[in-house]
Amino acid sequence: MTQLALVIDLNVCVGCHACVTSCKEWNTSGPAGFMSDDNPYGKNPTGTFFNRVQTYEVGCFPNTETIHFPKSCLHCEDAPCVPVCPTGASYKRESDGIVLVDYDKCIGCKYCSWACPFGAREFDEHQKVMKKCTLCVDRIYDTSLPESERKPACVLACPTSARLFGDVHDPQSQVSVAIREQGGYALMPEWGTNPSNHYLPRRKTRLHIHEDELVRADNPLKKEQRKPSAPVTEPTLDDSTSW
Amino acid sequence: MHPAFSVIFLTTLIGVGQGMFLALFTGQSYAAAQFLPAQDSSGFYAAGSLIALSFLVSGLLASFFHLGHPERAWRAAAMWRTSWLSREVIVLPIVMLFVFVYGAMHFMGWDAVIATTGTGVTFHASLLAGALGSLAVFLLFLCTAMIYASIRFLQEWSSPLTVINYLLLGTASGFTLATAFSHEAAPDLTPFYGTWAIIITVAAFISRSASLIRNSQLKYKSTLRSAIGVRHSQIVQMAQGAMGGSYNTREYFHGKKAMFLQSVKWIFMALVFVAPVLLLMAGMQNNNIIVLTGAFVVQYTGLLLERWLFFAQARHPQNIYYQTV
Repeated sequence: MTQLALVIDLNVCVGCHACVTSCKEWNTSGPAGFMSDDNPYGKNPTGTFFNRVQTYEVGCFPNTETIHFPKSCLHCEDAPCVPVCPTGASYKRESDGIVLVDYDKCIGCKYCSWACPFGAREFDEHQKVMKKCTLCVDRIYDTSLPESERKPACVLACPTSARLFGDVHDPQSQVSVAIREQGGYALMPEWGTNPSNHYLPRRKTRLHIHEDELVRADNPLKKEQRKPSAPVTEPTLDDSTSW
Repeated sequence: MHPAFSVIFLTTLIGVGQGMFLALFTGQSYAAAQFLPAQDSSGFYAAGSLIALSFLVSGLLASFFHLGHPERAWRAAAMWRTSWLSREVIVLPIVMLFVFVYGAMHFMGWDAVIATTGTGVTFHASLLAGALGSLAVFLLFLCTAMIYASIRFLQEWSSPLTVINYLLLGTASGFTLATAFSHEAAPDLTPFYGTWAIIITVAAFISRSASLIRNSQLKYKSTLRSAIGVRHSQIVQMAQGAMGGSYNTREYFHGKKAMFLQSVKWIFMALVFVAPVLLLMAGMQNNNIIVLTGAFVVQYTGLLLERWLFFAQARHPQNIYYQTV
């Protein structure tokens, strides 16, 4: 079984919002219709987004760290938003595990968004239906695109390659290897929704230098031994003895 | 959560309708067992059913205002296997149908005796319709409450107390309405309904207080640490990805101060429980329709506040991600 998902590397994300804008650009121009965007240049800009980048500050000065945290639908393996939908508009695809909303069936009751602990779903105030990340389902299978471009818009847009896309059920995929080898974790594990999207933690690269590494205790090549003494001028035992 | 008036009216109005129907059926059952004098079919049971039905219909109308696409509401019956909301959508019309049939049987006099016991107790066909209707009413209470109780992330709601509260509060308001109604249509039943209304109101007071105490002592499972997966005791949000607010800030925050919530709590406790009990006792003592009607009006107004607080008190874990603009 396939489960497509994103892996987001918090160690690399610089919080540039390129994934947010490219996501909105791709999905507002898609066959599903526009995504609301009210007062984009006004006082209180608001609208529907599938993806947002939040910023957190961890720690107390001077030991602080800024974490940019991109947040979108996690395509949970046990998606709690799906069974609560009364119309079946919200569904999880058997073939690739993407959680989608059928905008033609959605009655806009908002119940699915209540049942999502991550707040990943956003109600479109103009189309009056619930919207969420589709993992660019209208793009990743498009054979008219070159293979390298059959990825979600956010993944292609990321300038630091903080976003990886692939099948988390395939143990050899790029995303599975990244999760396994770089400490990938899921959000809010306490609810048991088994999010498919994973995050890679901040990693500090530290150089540990011990004193015995500065002073060569073992000195295998005898580089620092005392220099040979100066040539001897007095007669030595060799001079007076015939062997 | 941001309380939606459509849902507040839906749940309180159908609660009154359901309680009123339970009251009518209880009255008829007692009368069948000859504990109470029999009542006029069309004047009492049919008219009472009409009142119950009108509450159910207005509740249904209120629910449409909650939907983005009311014209597609029929689709909501599809997923009854998994969704309590879908189950409610199916059971509500069934309840309305039973209330209508029950009222029509009484109004038209289609009320054949279907069984007689040795002691001369007769069972009418309407009693069977009433029993089935009551079953549907209990199912509807269950469905309505489980919509909220089944969301495990909303820890304030995720409790059996939610189901008990919906059942008792709806039934209490229905019996209070039945008390006022019986004063006009069946005066000898007024003490019966009034007493039951007081008993159920007191029971509802106990269960609602229990849920308020439970909510005040909740330990929330999700923290900012588990939400973003960073293990540190000091994490401050600097930006939430939207400057002018979003659906996430509009739908899940009520925007009122804690003081406001506290006030609503004490006001609804007075209006739903204390005042109606006093008014019911006074109304029964003085046989005064205005006081009895007042008891219902006060209790229903209180229930609107109770439902508002029910929603406002629920803290959605997604709010953790939306602490700072």
